[in-house]
Parts: sequence; C-alpha cells; structure tokens
Amino acid sequence: MSELLIECRQLYKSYGLRPALRGVDLEVGPGRIVGLLGPNGSGKTTLIKLLCGLLRPTTGSLSVDGSAVGPYTKSVVSYLPDRMYFADWMKAVDLFDLFRDFYSGFDYQKALAMCRSLGVEPRDRLKSMSKGTKEKVQLVLVMARSAKLYLLDEPIAGVDPAARDFILRTILTNYNEEGTVLISTHLISDIEKVLDEAIFLKEGKIMLHETVDTIREKEGKSVDALFREVFQAAPMFDGEKEGF
Amino acid sequence: MDWKLDDGRPIWPQLSQQLARRIIAGVYPPGSRLPPVRELAAEAGVNPNTMQRALAQLEQEGLARAGRTAGRLVTQDTQVLEAARLREAEAVVRDYFEAMAALGYSRERAAELIKEEFL
Repeated sequence: MSELLIECRQLYKSYGLRPALRGVDLEVGPGRIVGLLGPNGSGKTTLIKLLCGLLRPTTGSLSVDGSAVGPYTKSVVSYLPDRMYFADWMKAVDLFDLFRDFYSGFDYQKALAMCRSLGVEPRDRLKSMSKGTKEKVQLVLVMARSAKLYLLDEPIAGVDPAARDFILRTILTNYNEEGTVLISTHLISDIEKVLDEAIFLKEGKIMLHETVDTIREKEGKSVDALFREVFQAAPMFDGEKEGF
Repeated sequence: MDWKLDDGRPIWPQLSQQLARRIIAGVYPPGSRLPPVRELAAEAGVNPNTMQRALAQLEQEGLARAGRTAGRLVTQDTQVLEAARLREAEAVVRDYFEAMAALGYSRERAAELIKEEFL
C-alpha cells in the first residue's frame, strides 16, 4: 500500500479551450475525511471525475493508491456522482444486486441495514421515490462498498437539514478506517465538523489545503467564515464569471 | 448532555474540555470505561480523528488512561479529579469577570455583587 492515496502533479484539464483545472498539485493520505470546497464552476466535479477515471487529464499526472487510474483504482474507488444515473423502473434492491455482481467488496446486508436506518424502503421503485430518498439510495450504494477512496460529489445538496445530519453520521460511521473520504460541497457549515482537512478550489487551482483545526487556529474563524471571505462574490466589473 | 461547538476555535480542545466536564460531573464516573472513539464522534457529529485527539488530551491531563485491553478508563485519582474541577471552576470565574467587565463593572464591584447575591 502506498503512503499517499491521492497524488496529483501539475494536473491540467480543459474542455476545448475552456480550462477547468489549471495546475493542481495535491496529496491526500489514508484515513482522512477531506472537504473539497469551492464555488460553482471552480473545478470540484472535474477533479473528482479525473480521480475516478471518467475523464482523462489534458496534461499532468495523477495516481490513486500508488497506481495510475485504471482497472485497479476503479476497484478501490467508490464514487457518488452529482447526478442520478439509474433507470427509474428499478428498485433499490435491484441496484444492490447489480452492485453485488460488479464490486467484490459490496456488503449487501450492510446496504439493507443502512436503508433501514435512513428510512428507505428498499423494495420501492426509484420512480416512486422523492429526490432526497433517491440520493439516500445512491449514498447507500456507495458507502456499502468496502473501498479505499470514497468520492462523494455533493452528497447532501438535495436533502433537508435533518437528513443532512443523518447522512453525515452515516458517512462517519460507515467509512472504513483506512479509507479516505473526499466530499465536494458548498454547504460548508453543515459539514465542517466532520472534516479533517479542507481544500479550497478557486478557478481550477488549489488555493488552500489545511486541516480544519489549523485553519480555525490560524484564522480565528470557522472554515465556513473563511470561505465566505475568500470567495466573496466579486463585483461585476472585475470580470469574474462566478458569483452566487 | 449536548455537545456545543463554537465557530472561531479549533474543535478538539472544545471536545476535550466538554469531556473533562462530563468526567467531573460524574456522567462518566471514576473508574468507568469511556465510550469508544467512533461512538463519541458520531454522537458529537465530528470526525473520529478529532475526537481521538481530544481523548489523547484527556490522557495527557491524567483524567483518563488507556485500558488494559481496549478503550479508555476514567481516572480514580481524586486529586487529579479535584484539580480538574478547580481548573474548570476558575474558568467559570474568569468568564464571570469578563462578562461583568463588558457591562462596565470593576473587578471589585463584580466581586461585591457576588457576595451580595450569596448572602
């Protein structure tokens, strides 16, 4: 096993002429919960898709658990996409069957237990489920796998605040201890307490990568407050494309 | 008892202070086993590594020690417990004087008010 679970060197990715990542250097070790934080369009999803092999870098290198992204890394990476990709005539249990066939580390019983604790009826069809419930099913699929790297792209965006707490607890109690969880979100105040480290991504570059307690110690404010300060919506004349 | 975490300060010292208060208050009695890290972390809704660090601090202060097999035991040393209780009491007193100073009271007047309240 490699010391580093994620290693990126001068990672660039552009879509046509539009750059999404502009030279990302990143190292993340095992057993960490890491927040990937940044405004819309800052490159969060691009970075996650590169890590799970859905995209190839334009230039630069990245490795997961010491290997270049490929069949091996896909077996140790569990990915929660930012959108739903299942046929809606399926039931949650159908998906569990599918995942059990696909991934050797999928724990069927654990998936059922997580459904129970999240209040999801696994025999309901996806079609009949609300958006939040579908998101819970997706989370169950991802967390019931035994993986080294969990990539969660906006896992809490679509659910109510009470369910959010519950989902965070589910993540906390279900990732395995050597596993690292990378969570992208802009709902920082909800998630800050569960993070070891925070990464601030701005316009395709990493502008900060620190432990949460170090940030609080140095800045005397929460990660959420720092984020609001750093990413204050720039005035229009500044030529900024993002904003809120 | 709920966990209260302020925004402006690192999380682990706040956790270790609240654990210490629970020990002093007898929520975790002397000699008893503390709940496992993961359980405490889930209860407080924090990262297990952060809770681990808070528990290590308790060991440092002598309020807890590693159990023989697994887990942590609350100390039975009454001197250590009394010292911790006094530290926390002093913190409460400091907070009182700070709050009173913010209201414009001198330390002397603040102390008098306490006596009046008490008698």
